[in-house]
Amino acid sequence: MKSKPTVLYDVPGPRARRRNLLWTLLFLIALAAVVWWVVASLAEKNQLEWDKWAPFFTDARVWETYILPALKNTVIAAALAMVLALPLGAFLGISRLSEHRWVRGAAGTVVEFFRAIPVLILMLFADAAYSEFTDISPDVRPLYAVVTGLVLYNASVLAEVVRAGILSLPSGQTDAAKAIGMRKGQTMAYVLLPQSVTAMLPALVSQLVVIVKDTALGGAMLGFSELLASVRPMSANYGANTIACFTVVAVIFVALNFALTTFASWLEGRLRRGKKSTGAVVGVEAVEELATPGEHMGPTDKA
Amino acid sequence: MFDFLQGYDLLGAFWVTVQLTVYSAIGSLIWGTLLAAMRVSPVPLMRGFGTAYVNVVRNIPLTVIIVFTSLGLFQTLGVSLGADRFTTINFRLAVLGLTAYTSAFVCEAVRSGINTVPLGQVEAARAIGLSFPQVLRIIVLPQAFRSVVGPLASVLIALTKNTTVAAAIGVAEAALLMREMIENEAQLILISAIFALGFLCLTLPTGLLLGWVAKKVAVKR
Repeated sequence: MKSKPTVLYDVPGPRARRRNLLWTLLFLIALAAVVWWVVASLAEKNQLEWDKWAPFFTDARVWETYILPALKNTVIAAALAMVLALPLGAFLGISRLSEHRWVRGAAGTVVEFFRAIPVLILMLFADAAYSEFTDISPDVRPLYAVVTGLVLYNASVLAEVVRAGILSLPSGQTDAAKAIGMRKGQTMAYVLLPQSVTAMLPALVSQLVVIVKDTALGGAMLGFSELLASVRPMSANYGANTIACFTVVAVIFVALNFALTTFASWLEGRLRRGKKSTGAVVGVEAVEELATPGEHMGPTDKA
Repeated sequence: MFDFLQGYDLLGAFWVTVQLTVYSAIGSLIWGTLLAAMRVSPVPLMRGFGTAYVNVVRNIPLTVIIVFTSLGLFQTLGVSLGADRFTTINFRLAVLGLTAYTSAFVCEAVRSGINTVPLGQVEAARAIGLSFPQVLRIIVLPQAFRSVVGPLASVLIALTKNTTVAAAIGVAEAALLMREMIENEAQLILISAIFALGFLCLTLPTGLLLGWVAKKVAVKR
């Protein structure tokens, strides 16, 4: 979203500047009070002692033993889920646009079903199902369960992204393809899909953020050893530094996801400005809405 | 075949899910709107705070926030939010975590609604001498809220699904009961179907109803 000069207020004059200064001061005081209260209660419980924070800066073993392997698991689960969810999502999205009612209906039911159910429920189900019906070893079962849950949910969200991407293309594209005698399959494969992939890229990248965040569910509920799950052993081994561990883990998540978000918006801006594209882009903002079960009116975002 | 359900409080668990959703929804609507007002305010410090809050909180997994409220806030710092029973404490901590997280999304939704109000209206409001709080309260927010019913509905449904994360700190809601039942009973498919159906009943009608309301109240431009 580009930041345009706001119209909600004028360029401040002398009185407005004084008033703004007053508000700044008031807000600063409130903020300082909160910060002071937080720091005071942290200090009271000895959470601010250097000993508790030092390992993260001075001891490479914290990173080697706990954080990096955990981060690797987080990234592996997220990457696997994305790679598996994409083709499945594309398949479901294209099926929803089919001319045959039963194909459309079946794909629609699957998509609506998996969008309406919490990922955690899907993960719990997958975990239990793997332990009951397959002989996947318990070591990798959490990973399988997390990835399965993520794929089922995200494929259905991506299906909507794909559908919105294809619908966002100008209808002249299909007309032109028909005019030169392409069949439906050819139109989809050679004309619509390649362009819609470009249009969808920002939405795909921002969906990655959702996937990365949801991997933490596996750590809390299924014993998957990802970043969040590394907090307990770390704070047990480095002197009950719970707050410090949470801070480090949160910072890593924020850095990772912030990079993805920034990249997605940069990509969106670039694609919208691009001369070669049709100008059709499924924006970053659209994803949140597409994740909602229920009725959707066609493409939400036409530039 | 449904005999085993006797031993479990299925409706009770879903009732906790609904309560978590309602309390967190109210909380995040208030805090999220305040954040949105900060983000568009003329005071740079408030704008900075709003932006920082949204960008940080949105990128932390909700699970990390919820587990932090239990391990960090309660067990380490002794924050119990005025409750003394363990279940009440966890429930309130979960509402706090869900509110803190969902507010960031409410803020973004409200802000996108503020952006839909035509510039001319705001200029006109300022021209007749309304101040910034008045412009926001009388002209902008009423229209903004009508245009964000749709996005807010998405946030509400996401919140409903996110309440399952409270299971991570032992709040007795649907996901926790599901895990318990899966462990104790040999009825995996049936149990999962029941919980899937439960969430379908919660989220699908909300989506359809609020989608209809959104179309109904949208400001025609």
